[in-house]
Amino acid sequence: MSVSLTSLSASPKHAPARRRIIPATLLRRLMVPAAIVALWYGVTAHGYFDAQTMPTPYAVAVSFWQLIVTGQLWPNLLISLQRVALGLLFGGAIGVILALAASLSRFGEDAIDATVQMARTLPHLALIPLMILWFGIGETPKIVLIALGSLFPIYLNLFSAVRGADRKLIEAASTLGLSHAETVFHVILPAAVPGFLVGLRQALGASWISLVVAEQINASSGIGYLVMNARDFLRTDIIFDGLLVYALLGLATDQAVRLLERYLLAWRPSMITAKGI
Amino acid sequence: MNMLTEVTAAPEINVTETSEAGQNFAVEVRGLTREFGTNSVLRNLDLQLRPGEFTVLLGRSGSGKSTLLRTLAGLDPAPEGTVTVPSARAVVFQEPRLLPWKRVWQNVALGLRVPNARKRAEEALEEVGLGHRLNAWPLTLSGGEAQRASLARALVRAPKLLLLDEPFAALDALTRLRMQALVATLWQTYQPAVLLVTHDVDEAILLGDRLLVLENGAISLDVEISHPRPRRHASPGFISMRATLLDALGVHEDGSAI
Repeated sequence: MSVSLTSLSASPKHAPARRRIIPATLLRRLMVPAAIVALWYGVTAHGYFDAQTMPTPYAVAVSFWQLIVTGQLWPNLLISLQRVALGLLFGGAIGVILALAASLSRFGEDAIDATVQMARTLPHLALIPLMILWFGIGETPKIVLIALGSLFPIYLNLFSAVRGADRKLIEAASTLGLSHAETVFHVILPAAVPGFLVGLRQALGASWISLVVAEQINASSGIGYLVMNARDFLRTDIIFDGLLVYALLGLATDQAVRLLERYLLAWRPSMITAKGI
Repeated sequence: MNMLTEVTAAPEINVTETSEAGQNFAVEVRGLTREFGTNSVLRNLDLQLRPGEFTVLLGRSGSGKSTLLRTLAGLDPAPEGTVTVPSARAVVFQEPRLLPWKRVWQNVALGLRVPNARKRAEEALEEVGLGHRLNAWPLTLSGGEAQRASLARALVRAPKLLLLDEPFAALDALTRLRMQALVATLWQTYQPAVLLVTHDVDEAILLGDRLLVLENGAISLDVEISHPRPRRHASPGFISMRATLLDALGVHEDGSAI
């Protein structure tokens, strides 16, 4: 990846012309997925498997289209997205608040860190039975589960990023006459952004996992519901559709974080090179 | 807001700041002792720096010179003794220590509490020859450019005391010569008291009014240099001063230890 960036920036005159066609890197990245689909087609097209065990890529594509045109996909996709967004928002906010409180003061660390460290060793998915007892089978237990899954990655990464802020820069800030609050704002928090973004990515991953589990245990809507329903009717093709949707969602949110990274970390040399400045 | 203290602040610092004009000394240190465990780094040290004087502090590694500079900067505590320094002081470290997420001019303007901070920052950057990199990200600067930005950041605060902690040590030889000349020019323009910590004997003679050698936490040599500026390495005065300093630092001209 870095090689291709360097070669682009090394010849700025040719770069615009090259961008118009499909970039060579994209072609190279698509090689393996294309081979996998071809292999999949090869083993299913000749009837070695029955359709309920392993549908052909074509059958999966057709049923995917059916889900779209019959209007089954969008409402379920939207409700799944909404669950993840809310869970991530609550979990992320709590994670950020706890991490800042624990990392910026000794008192906060003593009060919070040990408890959070203990809590994170508990697999949060093990709480599902309790969630159902406490919150029923509505939206709340799903959102709480996703929030719990995203809280810990954000907490851990942000905590260590704040603590890892360069002491030399903090020292320099104090010689410039910055107050403690200003030092936190201008030096420590910006220094912690890369670590926070790592936490955000991990939290997104955990959110999707929590969503899958929450929706498969009890749900009357969402992608997970579509998949479980398809299982009851032996519609393996729709199960594949659900998996495909999950994969695409994961990919899309990862790209979103990358964009955020480009904006927030514009000062990094790698970003500057990538933008061709 | 005491909760932020532990992360950001140095330990309790017993350094008196003064902004009085017309005093005799820019820096006054009396009986400063600093110990790390049983090892004393500074021993009952007395030091006075006059306003506008360019003082160079030489010493071998571990002689306590960085500790002394950090104490004057307010970064290290002064548990024993009294230290009086001007409140308007600035530090240039060996590394530029620019905040990578702020543009060069923002780094210079940081903490500058004047109405037209941006304009002042840009003027300071133009003065050190970085007028063309005002909006650059610090990580795109060369080592020399970054150190010039760091110098601009110090100067824009109009310090009465400028503390330079081996600021040229990480630069290549040619850049170092240019930076030394720049520091000399800026010092002559603004006349702050300067304390330059260095390993480099030639640099000391080139720049200093007064040379101090620190050995085992005490000042072992304190000489004034009155040679006219700019000074040349080949002049007889330079060569004899060089010998004196090397002698005080315990090194022969050929590099062998005494």
